[in-house]
Amino acid sequence: MSKRIFITGIGIISGIGNNVEETLKSIRIGKSGVGKITHLETLHKDTIPVSEVKYTNDELIALLGLDSKEPFTRATLMGIMAASEAVKSAGITNMRDKRTGVISGTTVGGMDKSEQYYHDFLTTGEHIRYIESHDCGDSTERIADYINVKDFVSTTSTACSSAANSIMFGARLIKNNRLDRVIAGGTESLTKYHLNGFNTLMILDRELCKPFDENRKGLNLGEGAAFVVLESEDIVKETGKKVFCELTGYGNACEAFHQTASTPEGRGAYLAMKKALDRSGLRADQIDYINAHGTGTENNDISEGRAIEALFGKTPPPVSSTKSFTGHTTSAAGGVEAILSILAIQHNIIFPNMNFQQQMKELSFKPITHLMENVKVDHVLSNSFGFGGNNSALIFSRV
Amino acid sequence: MEIFIKGTGIISPQKTTDNSVFLNDIVTHEKDVLNCVEPSYKEYINPIQLRRMSRLIKMSICASKVCLKEAGIENPGAIISGTGLGLVEDTEKFLNSVLDYKEQFLTPTSFIQSTHNTISGQVAIALQCFNYNNTYSHRGFSFESALLDAMLLIHDKDAENALVGGFDEITEQHHSILKKTKWVKKEKVNHLDLLHYKTPGTVDGEGVSFFALTGKREEGTYAQIKNISTLYKPKDFKEIENHIEKFLAENGVSKNDLDLVVLGLNGNTDTDGIYYHLTENYFNTNYAYFKHLCGEYHTVGAFALWFGVKCIKHQTVPEIAIFNKQTFTNKPIKNVLVYNHFKNINHSFYLLNQ
Repeated sequence: MSKRIFITGIGIISGIGNNVEETLKSIRIGKSGVGKITHLETLHKDTIPVSEVKYTNDELIALLGLDSKEPFTRATLMGIMAASEAVKSAGITNMRDKRTGVISGTTVGGMDKSEQYYHDFLTTGEHIRYIESHDCGDSTERIADYINVKDFVSTTSTACSSAANSIMFGARLIKNNRLDRVIAGGTESLTKYHLNGFNTLMILDRELCKPFDENRKGLNLGEGAAFVVLESEDIVKETGKKVFCELTGYGNACEAFHQTASTPEGRGAYLAMKKALDRSGLRADQIDYINAHGTGTENNDISEGRAIEALFGKTPPPVSSTKSFTGHTTSAAGGVEAILSILAIQHNIIFPNMNFQQQMKELSFKPITHLMENVKVDHVLSNSFGFGGNNSALIFSRV
Repeated sequence: MEIFIKGTGIISPQKTTDNSVFLNDIVTHEKDVLNCVEPSYKEYINPIQLRRMSRLIKMSICASKVCLKEAGIENPGAIISGTGLGLVEDTEKFLNSVLDYKEQFLTPTSFIQSTHNTISGQVAIALQCFNYNNTYSHRGFSFESALLDAMLLIHDKDAENALVGGFDEITEQHHSILKKTKWVKKEKVNHLDLLHYKTPGTVDGEGVSFFALTGKREEGTYAQIKNISTLYKPKDFKEIENHIEKFLAENGVSKNDLDLVVLGLNGNTDTDGIYYHLTENYFNTNYAYFKHLCGEYHTVGAFALWFGVKCIKHQTVPEIAIFNKQTFTNKPIKNVLVYNHFKNINHSFYLLNQ
């Protein structure tokens, strides 16, 4: 049983960049991806800001050398971009020499195409091939096929904690010697479906989101994909390859409170973080940075903030939400933020929680508001909480 | 692995909610989809909550309660479910409103209930269970992923027991879409004769199946799940045979030790070939099939698991499910292999033991 799980590759695409390098650059210069909708066809185009991946589907298809007649959804295309980058950065040349899996998280899956062609599905049957790409498994399989993975494929669907749960499941499969390597993360495209869904819940900020701010008004949706390559201790020893960091902790707990709300004290958030910390064997004071879920909704930021206080005390380690950069990429968020957490360790930086002005009266702490460079970042806690009370936390550690 | 099934809660197109019987009164469906035979929910869910729940949520809460009651578990160490398409009725309701009313005048209820993790979440709320909670949605690996996850949790001692479920529903609207694809038979069929048509396509079904898994062999245990394996997009029959050979060997079993092989035959001539190949050229034992009773759906593997462990518990294969009627021999049912595939993409194998 491989005791340790290493991150050997990373890949990301979001509103702030099409790869790791661009992402880091945007963060360094404080450039947010949130702005006016340009790709998604919706009534809310001019009123609800989101963070979109800059490429169109056609551009992504051309870039990846894919057959435009195939029913590719946007989740698939973004997923292939990020997963390919991760594989490349892990220096994998032969995918079939080790037992390898792809585990992706997605919730709306191929809804972007279904909502576009639904009328045709029901009437003439035109575009019916897109019904084959409607389900969550489709994007995962197309990603696996593109990067030549065959041994295992699976998809988690726990709303906004999906990608974190994919990473966790991947790590456990390696620990149990069922796989040697897993490309794990998530992908989610913007759809009219969930933009309107979140809108009916009245949790979308009409301006730039302000996580952990007293006057926060909700979240900005985003889209993107992000994958890490998890490899066993054996592979790393055998090849002597460079690793980004180690996944030392993970925890999953359920809020069991309400389908779309969390308890004011953040019970589920606390339990998930506590489990992750216990598994890592680290003390709370060893965590150097908390990459918060921090959506910017009234409810999340109180719950999460209180749970952080309960576990870390009134003066917790630096906390920030990077959703003011990327928007809330829902099912991909756990992956996007895993990558940012890894970059924090790699570059000794802590990211600013943009748009923050006023401290929440309920909390004893404020988030980090400026880029911190050349700081000690050895252990990062990354939170991902979802609808349905699905709370997950991951801990990444310097090797 | 030392994983045992201690309780089941099954709602399917057959009368399967009463755990004391095993397919003793077969239901014939007249419609061209097989919908679940729903139990009376009053016993399990209070009437105020019942009114607010969509059909799939009702079925799932009920099945999970039946399962945990049989297992004598109040608060499971984990709740994990799998679904191919999630809550189709709620998804359609919200999608139709978004499209019909051009993104205006929308209400959140159906959206809230349409995420795939609604079931694991709602079951957790009903039980006030704050433990590990997860949902998988990956075609013919949806339930299989949930099962594997639960088995690992118990094996690693992260949980003492787990509630694992598979759920999928078929609605009229979704069936009307599937009828336009090659996966559903064009002709009118009598589902009980599903294998006799020799045409492409199958019949749509649905079901909700929950299992209570534990790490200890106890009184009333159905069976042991020795292991589970999946195979993605095999290139030919030989690769599947090799996979089975290896899977059995890794678990200390040879194909001659198998007392029963449960097969996922669904009457689709495009994809059933492998089952016929294996019965004619590879295995030499008794065979059972079940999709003529419950239809085809993404998480039908959960029904298959139930069918397999019921055969072990009751030491019998229901007459209607025997595949090799001419050559069937009565013998103790100790080692069972369940093999099912979804569209020849997702192949799954469970090795069960008395």
